[in-house]
Amino acid sequence: MTPPTSQLRPDLAAIAAHVAPGSRVLDIGCGDGALMAELEAVSGCDARGMELDGALVERCVSRGLSVVQGDANLDLANYPDKAFDYAILSQTLQTATRPDLILDELLRVGRRAFVSFPNFAHWRTRAALMFGGRMPVTRALPVSWYETENIHHVTVEDFRELARMKGATIERAWFFANEKQIGAPAANWRAEFAVFELSR
Amino acid sequence: MNAAPISQVYAIPHALPLDSGQVLVRAAIAYETYGTLAPDASNAVLVCHALTGDQYLASPHPITGKPGWWERMVGPGKPIDTNRHFVICANVIGSCMGSSGPASIAPDGEPYAMRFPVITIRDMVRGIVALLDGLGIAKLHAVVGGSMGGMQALSLAANWPERAARVLVIASTARHSAQNIAFHEVGRQAIMADPAWAEGNYYASDAKPDNGLAVARMAAHITYLSEAGLTEKFGRRLQDREAKGFGFDAEFQVESYLRYQGSGFTRRFDANSYLYITRAMDYFDIAEEHGGRLANAFAGTQARFCIVSFDTDWLYPTAESRHVVHALNAAGAKVSFVELSAPHGHDSFLLEHDQLDRVVKGFVE
Repeated sequence: MTPPTSQLRPDLAAIAAHVAPGSRVLDIGCGDGALMAELEAVSGCDARGMELDGALVERCVSRGLSVVQGDANLDLANYPDKAFDYAILSQTLQTATRPDLILDELLRVGRRAFVSFPNFAHWRTRAALMFGGRMPVTRALPVSWYETENIHHVTVEDFRELARMKGATIERAWFFANEKQIGAPAANWRAEFAVFELSR
Repeated sequence: MNAAPISQVYAIPHALPLDSGQVLVRAAIAYETYGTLAPDASNAVLVCHALTGDQYLASPHPITGKPGWWERMVGPGKPIDTNRHFVICANVIGSCMGSSGPASIAPDGEPYAMRFPVITIRDMVRGIVALLDGLGIAKLHAVVGGSMGGMQALSLAANWPERAARVLVIASTARHSAQNIAFHEVGRQAIMADPAWAEGNYYASDAKPDNGLAVARMAAHITYLSEAGLTEKFGRRLQDREAKGFGFDAEFQVESYLRYQGSGFTRRFDANSYLYITRAMDYFDIAEEHGGRLANAFAGTQARFCIVSFDTDWLYPTAESRHVVHALNAAGAKVSFVELSAPHGHDSFLLEHDQLDRVVKGFVE
């Protein structure tokens, strides 16, 4: 089980707890830099970030983090192979133009990759679609279909299949519901969020 | 211009070698400082000025009487806090505010004029590094610069990587584009077409090439602004008249504004300095100095970098900043980059901008 780590979102806390101390880390879609700050302060990591939203980048830079305003769909190409021990993509995969190509890039620039995403096959999502007949708006997916940034919804099983197709090894996985970690059995039904650690 | 500078002047004790192969003997660097240098000299922040800037960063300009050009950014409690940092700003060589330039007196007792050696951005930084040596500052806490100042910051980081722990580059570039060179050439030709320029030998004359220099400034000034900014500020409004005059006075407000900018500039700037500094900027291409690959310029650097661009800056657009960021990423450098939104084009870095203040403060602290 993952020990609770400060005030981080559960998927970020799981990642923070499993990044080896002193690692070089690239956090793609780093938001306000919460995970980076944790990794630098607690684990002594050399953390770099990439974030599309300029206002969030400004907040990161103001707190002393090294964050580049950029688009993961385009700007990962400029990093050398295996430049990082870990490449982290938290709740960003489903917003990518081509999630499959992003995954390739993650595994190219990082020796290992962490990927977290909301699981579209969670029973609440399924129920909303099955009984409501409408695109689900749930705790995990709170934004309506017409304004959501999630253009490539993905399930736990879809992701496992993508990893297999890409020749990536799933080293570990963590699943969350109600902000708590849950076991792997029937995760595709039970998990609101999933975190995978991959290598290739 | 050429009023007695009130700045401190450092006489470089050795001949300064230049990229052209020439050397500059007895070169002088005029500079201003703010705050107090720590006993271990660890709190020094160098701010590099832009093309027509000078060392009067946070103190009144001796000729115009106007406040320092970045007073809103540098001072006690400001984003670059002089209560904590010892801030240095030096007039670049080639300029005309007390550092060696074409208006300076050559060893033969006459002004250099066009005999002054053609300099580069790296030569300017050589002069500043000599000053840092003289001040006993081995490593800067940070080097900061906007526009041409950013070029100097990048050049310092690339060529003297051990001299700065933090490098902040605002609205700048690692190379001058064809468009950048083209605009500068317009300015130079305006100066050289002025009969009073006299091949640069006007220092003893009453007639100065002010008309040419003013036109150069007017053309350049347009590149520092945005179309939306000009439209908002002036539109098609007429100046001091109700109707078109069917003549060639400054009928539009924007014409009047540019003329004012041009003539004001001639009171504080030397036309030959304008030629030399624009030429230095046009020669600027850090990749060229480092085997054609920009990432090579920063290989192994331990400095932290922060690159800032403005979305309406078409002189040094965001793409140029990204080019630098990509090279720094490829070199494995610690780099931050943000494109800030501002309506005023290239000049945004000099104007009120809360986000810029926070970025500068957070990075330099």
